[in-house]
Amino acid sequence: MNKIKNLDDLRKMKQDLQNKIKLRERGDSPEAIVQIKVGMATSGIASGAKEVMNYLIEELEKRNIDAVVTQVGDMGYCYAEPTIEVTLPGKEPVVFGYVNIAKADEIIEKYIKNGELVEGILPANYQSID
Amino acid sequence: MSLINIKINGKELQVEEGTTILQAAKKVGIEIPTLCYMNLHDLNIEHNPGGCRICVVEVEGRRNLAPSCVTKVWEGMSVKTHTMRVLNARRTVMELILSDHPFECLTCAKNGNCDLQKLAQDLGVREIHYQGEQSTYKEDKSPAIIRDMDKCIMCRRCETMCNDVQTCGVLSGINRGFTAVVAPAFEQDLIKSPCTFCGQCVAVCPTGALTERDYTNRVIRALADPTKTVIVQTAPAVRVALGEEFGLPAGTIVTGKMVAALRRLGFDKVYDTDFAADLTIMEEGTEFLDRLSRYLNGDKNVKLPILTSCCPGWVNFFEYNFPDMRDIPSTAKSPQQMFGAIAKTYLAEKLGVKRENLVVVSVMPCLAKKYEAEREEFRVDGNPDVDFSISTRELAHLIKQTIGDIKDLPDEDFDKLMGESTGAGVIFGNTGGVIEAACRTAYEIYTGKTLEKVEFHQLRGFESVRSAVVDFDGLKLNIGIAHGLGNARKLLECIRNGECEFHAIEIMACPGGCIGGGGQPLHHGNTEILKARAAAIYKEDEGKALRKSHENPEIIKLYEEFLGKPSSEKAHHLLHTKYFDKKKRIYIEK
Amino acid sequence: MSTVKMHLLVCGGTGCVSSYSPQVAESLIKELEAHGLQDECKVVKTGCFGFCEQGPIVKVIPDNTFYTKVAPEDAKEIIEEHIIKGRKVDRLLYTDPKKQEHVPDSKHMEFYKKQIRIALRNCGFIDPENIEEAIARDAYSALGKCLTELTPQEVIDIIKKSGLRGRGGGGFPTGIKWEIAAKNASDQKYVVCNADEGDPGAFMDRSVLEGDPHSVLEAMAICGYCIGANKGLIYIRAEYPLAIKRLKIAIKQAMEYGVLGDDIFGTGFSFHIELRYGAGAFVCGEETALIHSMEGQRGEPTVKPPFPAEAGYLGKPTNVNNVETFANVPPIILKGAEWFSSIGTERSKGTKVFALAGKINNVGLIEVPMGITLREVIFEIGGGIKNGKKFKAVQTGGPSGGCLTETHLDTPIDFDNLLAAGSMMGSGGMIVMDEDDCMVSIAKFFLEFTVEESCGKCSPCRIGNKRLYEILDKITQGKGTMEDLELLRNLSEVIKDTSLCGLGQSSPNPVLSTLTNFWDEYVEHVTEKKCRAGQCTALKKYIIDEEACVGCTACARACPVNAISGERKMPHNINQDICIKCGACYEKCKFNAIFIK
Repeated sequence: MNKIKNLDDLRKMKQDLQNKIKLRERGDSPEAIVQIKVGMATSGIASGAKEVMNYLIEELEKRNIDAVVTQVGDMGYCYAEPTIEVTLPGKEPVVFGYVNIAKADEIIEKYIKNGELVEGILPANYQSID
Repeated sequence: MSLINIKINGKELQVEEGTTILQAAKKVGIEIPTLCYMNLHDLNIEHNPGGCRICVVEVEGRRNLAPSCVTKVWEGMSVKTHTMRVLNARRTVMELILSDHPFECLTCAKNGNCDLQKLAQDLGVREIHYQGEQSTYKEDKSPAIIRDMDKCIMCRRCETMCNDVQTCGVLSGINRGFTAVVAPAFEQDLIKSPCTFCGQCVAVCPTGALTERDYTNRVIRALADPTKTVIVQTAPAVRVALGEEFGLPAGTIVTGKMVAALRRLGFDKVYDTDFAADLTIMEEGTEFLDRLSRYLNGDKNVKLPILTSCCPGWVNFFEYNFPDMRDIPSTAKSPQQMFGAIAKTYLAEKLGVKRENLVVVSVMPCLAKKYEAEREEFRVDGNPDVDFSISTRELAHLIKQTIGDIKDLPDEDFDKLMGESTGAGVIFGNTGGVIEAACRTAYEIYTGKTLEKVEFHQLRGFESVRSAVVDFDGLKLNIGIAHGLGNARKLLECIRNGECEFHAIEIMACPGGCIGGGGQPLHHGNTEILKARAAAIYKEDEGKALRKSHENPEIIKLYEEFLGKPSSEKAHHLLHTKYFDKKKRIYIEK
Repeated sequence: MSTVKMHLLVCGGTGCVSSYSPQVAESLIKELEAHGLQDECKVVKTGCFGFCEQGPIVKVIPDNTFYTKVAPEDAKEIIEEHIIKGRKVDRLLYTDPKKQEHVPDSKHMEFYKKQIRIALRNCGFIDPENIEEAIARDAYSALGKCLTELTPQEVIDIIKKSGLRGRGGGGFPTGIKWEIAAKNASDQKYVVCNADEGDPGAFMDRSVLEGDPHSVLEAMAICGYCIGANKGLIYIRAEYPLAIKRLKIAIKQAMEYGVLGDDIFGTGFSFHIELRYGAGAFVCGEETALIHSMEGQRGEPTVKPPFPAEAGYLGKPTNVNNVETFANVPPIILKGAEWFSSIGTERSKGTKVFALAGKINNVGLIEVPMGITLREVIFEIGGGIKNGKKFKAVQTGGPSGGCLTETHLDTPIDFDNLLAAGSMMGSGGMIVMDEDDCMVSIAKFFLEFTVEESCGKCSPCRIGNKRLYEILDKITQGKGTMEDLELLRNLSEVIKDTSLCGLGQSSPNPVLSTLTNFWDEYVEHVTEKKCRAGQCTALKKYIIDEEACVGCTACARACPVNAISGERKMPHNINQDICIKCGACYEKCKFNAIFIK
């Protein structure tokens, strides 16, 4: 640890430390940022949901997108696992099925970044998951 | 100081900035009642904790009532001192205080002399609407002072005297709320605390919470015992204060009437402690000159300054607080104890009375004398040199319950052998008096010349710490004087740190010296009384034919017939003492 | 690169600690390690979440799942179900008292909905023992801004403009207080943080100190900069060991990082902070008493003036602020006076932390904007009255606040409104009473506290409060007279009017407010010897219904004082002179033949 010698030191340190609590700050006001829920029940995990989730977290970070990725239980779409639900600020949630790494990349680039719809949207036959 | 415009009860006036409402009201002739407040302005002691809340007044624009003793005036302030709201508040507060006070007025030591009683009367309290539990606390009976905290009203005056003025730090508030009380640390009894028994707490206590240990009954018993020869000695400060107890103005000298009264009380002999004061000068003066000449001759081991040792409160103080410096004070006993020691040897022989059948009573302005009389080192085979020490107040009670009054008594003289005294012995009662008396004798012995002008005005006064230079025919002596133990502490610390150089120092525990002692008639905060007593002491001195101790014929006779010369072996044995390190004696009982 | 996907925030406040939250955290860590998840999911011990009644609390981030009453044994299920499979552990979720439904996350909890957290912004959010988490949340940025960009007067102006008032009880404008201390020239000045929180059941300050100590340290340094002091003292009660520990850690870390100490940010400004421990005397919350206590004197107040700003600690100009007041300062500096003054009412800006207690569903610590109504606090945030009982009164302002009633429920809470209603803001205690509470007993209860906590210096407080208590006791014993009620009122008013410090000046509030708002109840106690709440034991009468009594003798056998007589198989009778109202007969009777009058 280096001693903070001036205000710039403090600001720099704050920048560096931000990551430590970013997750909490995002969690505190999820409605203002992109929310992604990953179905993580047994069927989801078996079909690669965990990898998808890790990929999403890492990539969103890399691409500088403020998002909160949470895992949820069974979404009721076992046939289409892995499934993810994406809620853009101020929009209705959209559920995507059969999400693999490539699909996830597409969702980030097209839907999250530009709001363009991507194939694989599942009909909303449930109340949003909490 | 800028002037401030205020209004009291609609009356406009100008007062100096920093004035309290209480003081301002006084200027327009309004006495706001107070209880905890105390102002000994000649001694620079003001006690205004704002605790009793009796002196509250209404201040326009202020939400609640203001305590007038601590609230300073501000520009444009408008005060009302006796609205319905104020009177109701004062009376309710008074009723509250009384509801937690034992109804023992008729048998209380302070009956008729109690600030609380008087205030209850003044406020017209005829009924106490608020009744309930009364706080109780264990009684503490020391040889000198009795603490009956059930009667404490938490005015905290004693704390101011003990901590701020005397710096003894014995008394302070303990416990909370309803059980709050003033007590020594760890709720020890006084005897186990560093209390010096100076009695200044007793002197200011508005109620009967702090009183002296009363020995009048023991004195009556001794007087009634046909096998006992009972003699009495009276201290210099008693004769200028006793009259107050009988309605005479402060400063009235009642020496002759006092002697007459004591004789009528049945004392076999009535003697004067002033005689012993002269004796003290002989011993202390010799010791001083001895140290001084050794010092002037280059003796590095000699201890200077010499400190007087005739005040027992002061002796207690340095034994507790400056034990490392206990080789500095003179080893001479106090006059009371010198008297006792000579009475039970020389006098007993002359009177043909056995020691155990001779009862020595002392009348003192002091409470520490009671403790001093009980010291182990002042006994021979368990028999004390001084049997009972009673205060000026106790003597007054004794007179009132026997012969009633002193005013119409004739003036009588002290008995022979130990009744003769000089003006030097008299002035022991005032701050600066002991050292002045010592100078009168030491001058003549040192210089071999006659001292023409016996008054050393530079040594007199009321300032708390004084220093003066006395010219011994070319030899300049630096004299220091302090009265009040807080001031003594300042001087001692100054000496300890090597910051001040004195040849001799006089210290008296009580503000003003013995005339302001803890055993004197209560002054109720009126310091004019102390000044009048001090003036009377000097007047008594002036009226004396002899004014130097070494000229006292009875003293000369005593040395010739009994002691040899001052500081002789016999004199040392009877008239000198040693001091103890009591710092370690402050202990805590489990 | 491994990615931290989740944080498990475990409450490390005193309440949760005492119900084993450190063990919960330990178990969670162990379970995470057992599943190799330690890099993906981090356990963080934070300060208090405020929802103390439901502790220990574990909050899962980022989905905000709010687990209540978590035991160490629950760790396995939380990790295996929620962390691995994404299935929330239903049984640990908070149950809404009104809907009787589980609430999935904190965002949906009524308790949090209306709260605005400024003073508590970092409580339950960061690890208070880690300065880096605080710095990540802007700690010491405000100090940096003050030292490098603003003059002391400019800072004081911001605080003045923000409208911040003292949160310790008095509500004195903080900026003005600082300004007075700044103007009194002296070679040495002091900044004192009053952490002598003494109201029974109040723990606002403790929570701030335990959950976000740096905010207080930073604000003290800012204050020091403003008034020209380089020494800060925190007077904290020794009964707050956890807060003391965290403060010590925080001070040490701040010194190490150079944000406290000498030459902070290279500006030449130095500020050192020390702790002073109090022995838990309520009166030491009064600033002059507090200062005397720190000086080693008896902890009792002295008459003001002189105010501490003129002659305080060791006779030097001293600025005393309460913990919560200080905690508000850094955000005001960073976000601006306008931001702060946009929250609250005309004369009371910002938020206030309250400790909700009593007969309320959601007991805990809340921070709400000034101007919120008592109704919103009690019925929305507080979840209403326990067990569906009827609301009777709410006592605000700690032991010397007043009891407000139904008619005050829609009063917006701020300094002035509460005072006008006969109560006060105090330090933020809020005790809710229901129909089972006897208001005479309530007043007596609070008086018992002030009698105990009075320092004894001034006569009206020392003796007066005792007498108030005795009269109230007499009334609850059924021995009161109408004259007593008059005495009660007069005495209360005189105590308020004549006492030396705030303690005595406000101690009769519970009596006066209940006399005003619940006069009928007092009269009932006196004239009918009846306590409608059934709380005054002495006024209870156990009576045997002769019709229903079968003479089974069970009651007579249960009676410890032999007050019940009667022949076997004949109706029994209770001798009221002997009965000690213990209720043993009532419990024993199988035929509902004993009733209470």
